[in-house]
Amino acid sequence: MKTDIETLKQIASQVRRDIIRQTSFAQSGHPGGSLGCTEFLTALYFAVMDHDPAFRMEGKGEDLFFLSNGHISPLWYSILARSGYFPLSELATFRKINSRLQGHPATHEKLPGIRVASGSLGQGLSVAIGAALGKRMDGDPKKVFVLTGDGELQEGQIWEAALFAAHHKVDNLILTVDWNGQQIDGPTDEVISLGDLPAKWAAFGWHVLLIEDGNDIVQVLSGLAAAMSASGKGKPVAILMRTEMGFGVDFMQGSHHWHGVAPNAGQTASALAQLPETLGDFPVETN
Amino acid sequence: MLDQIISSGKKATRDGFGEGLLEVGKQYPQAIALTADLLGSLKMNAFVKAFPERFIQVGISEANMMGVAAGLATAGKIPFTGTFANFSTGRVYDQIRQSIAYSEKNVKICASHAGLTLGEDGATHQILEDIGMMRMLPGMTVICPCDANQTKAATIAIAAYHGPVYLRFGRPSWPVFTPENQTFEIGRIQILSPGADVSIFATGHLVWNAIEAARQLALDGISCEVINVHTIKPLDEAGIAASVRKTRCAVSAEEHQRNGGLGDAIAQVLARHCPAPLETVAVNDTFGESGLPEALLEKYGLGIQHIAAAARIAIQRKKITL
Repeated sequence: MKTDIETLKQIASQVRRDIIRQTSFAQSGHPGGSLGCTEFLTALYFAVMDHDPAFRMEGKGEDLFFLSNGHISPLWYSILARSGYFPLSELATFRKINSRLQGHPATHEKLPGIRVASGSLGQGLSVAIGAALGKRMDGDPKKVFVLTGDGELQEGQIWEAALFAAHHKVDNLILTVDWNGQQIDGPTDEVISLGDLPAKWAAFGWHVLLIEDGNDIVQVLSGLAAAMSASGKGKPVAILMRTEMGFGVDFMQGSHHWHGVAPNAGQTASALAQLPETLGDFPVETN
Repeated sequence: MLDQIISSGKKATRDGFGEGLLEVGKQYPQAIALTADLLGSLKMNAFVKAFPERFIQVGISEANMMGVAAGLATAGKIPFTGTFANFSTGRVYDQIRQSIAYSEKNVKICASHAGLTLGEDGATHQILEDIGMMRMLPGMTVICPCDANQTKAATIAIAAYHGPVYLRFGRPSWPVFTPENQTFEIGRIQILSPGADVSIFATGHLVWNAIEAARQLALDGISCEVINVHTIKPLDEAGIAASVRKTRCAVSAEEHQRNGGLGDAIAQVLARHCPAPLETVAVNDTFGESGLPEALLEKYGLGIQHIAAAARIAIQRKKITL
């Protein structure tokens, strides 16, 4: 392990502050899912993946990460900045004009760390599969990680990709589903039920793992370790990770209301009061 | 010059694609071919035989194919996707838009069975909107070669070019009249026959029809400049404007809807650089139907006579002043 658990927790707390401050300054963006996946991306970038913040698009010899549910961009931007991909001060430009930090992740503005645009849902799994095939063809033993939402699984392309990855034995691919049970219009069980997700992925030929509490960094680390050992054995790996939307901020936690709503000044202060500033907030230039 | 344009026989443009793809496989170890259950129709067999480890069968899931291609391109490969034009564009427009065009991926979208000349399968498969959809995407190169030899050359040329490309070709056997082993220059018009009275800009299968129309008009002393616009985007604006400044009127001819296609693209050039009468030979805001390719071209106004008639009207319109 590259980073100890206490340090990972400190990073996660700071990343949550970054999420709240970015969405608050922009008065726009998606804090709910971002807060829910904070432990996961913290573990991935600071403890699991071999990756180089110097950033090369092809990423040969590196583990790669693709974010399919692109709306949780404030989380990813914070993680990338705190990993050294670009200056922390750039987080203050989130969703503003002339920024590289687009509302949804994009390559167009050449933001280091982003390999494909996402936002229109259901596409990232296919792209990750392509990148994983590329690694296999090149004899590159590194892994490809991809995160999708659970509501996103309602997109048909996901299941096209699921069939494909099993058929072609794309076993250097680790999918994680953010299983928070929420989507814009309400709980997934009320919008369009996903049914028995573990059985579905298993029936599609995937090796299925569960993380019961994706907001517990220890469980996330052990889940990712299990996924790494399960990979390379002829099946793509799916981690179904239970999380709570809005985790870490009491008034956001567990509700779909904060899917795509930014906190106002009072809410921002209240949220930040719950999240220790461990590594220093990103600077904001005042005009 | 028109006399020197001779058909050496008939061959489908998709056969040219298959030959070109094989050549690309030999020249580029990073070239990958993908298909969505249309390996034979896309004439990929030779590539698959020569490079089985670089062929990916995706099955009937075109959206996934576009995403996988984007991922392969991210890893430094040159993916060539192969399916029918309808399933290469309309069915997967958002995947192309986000994962390929906006993400600036080096994916070659190779589309067969475009247009009415698909024939008997009918309107479900005869896409006539694809040029419009693809030329609207920022950064997308759109190529529609005129015969099998040119399709082979274009396939090789797009492998050397870095960036997303839409390559459009077709199903039927069609006259072959351009040289074997030609060099293909992306973004440049080809003046097949110089003329003085009217510029006929054609793309794809209709280039041959434009040549035949020009031969007929020559019997009446009308001199046509026949131009092959194999690259619809980026469009050779200077070349088009230079021709029309000389002839002072134009005809466009394409196996596509009038809305959004080559005719629209040329109209923009003329409006900006050299206003002149333009007649557009294209499908007039309707769907196609089942039938033999030539019969469909006649019924929907894309035949040799239609191009000749359009040329006469364009020339007549030169005399009308606003």
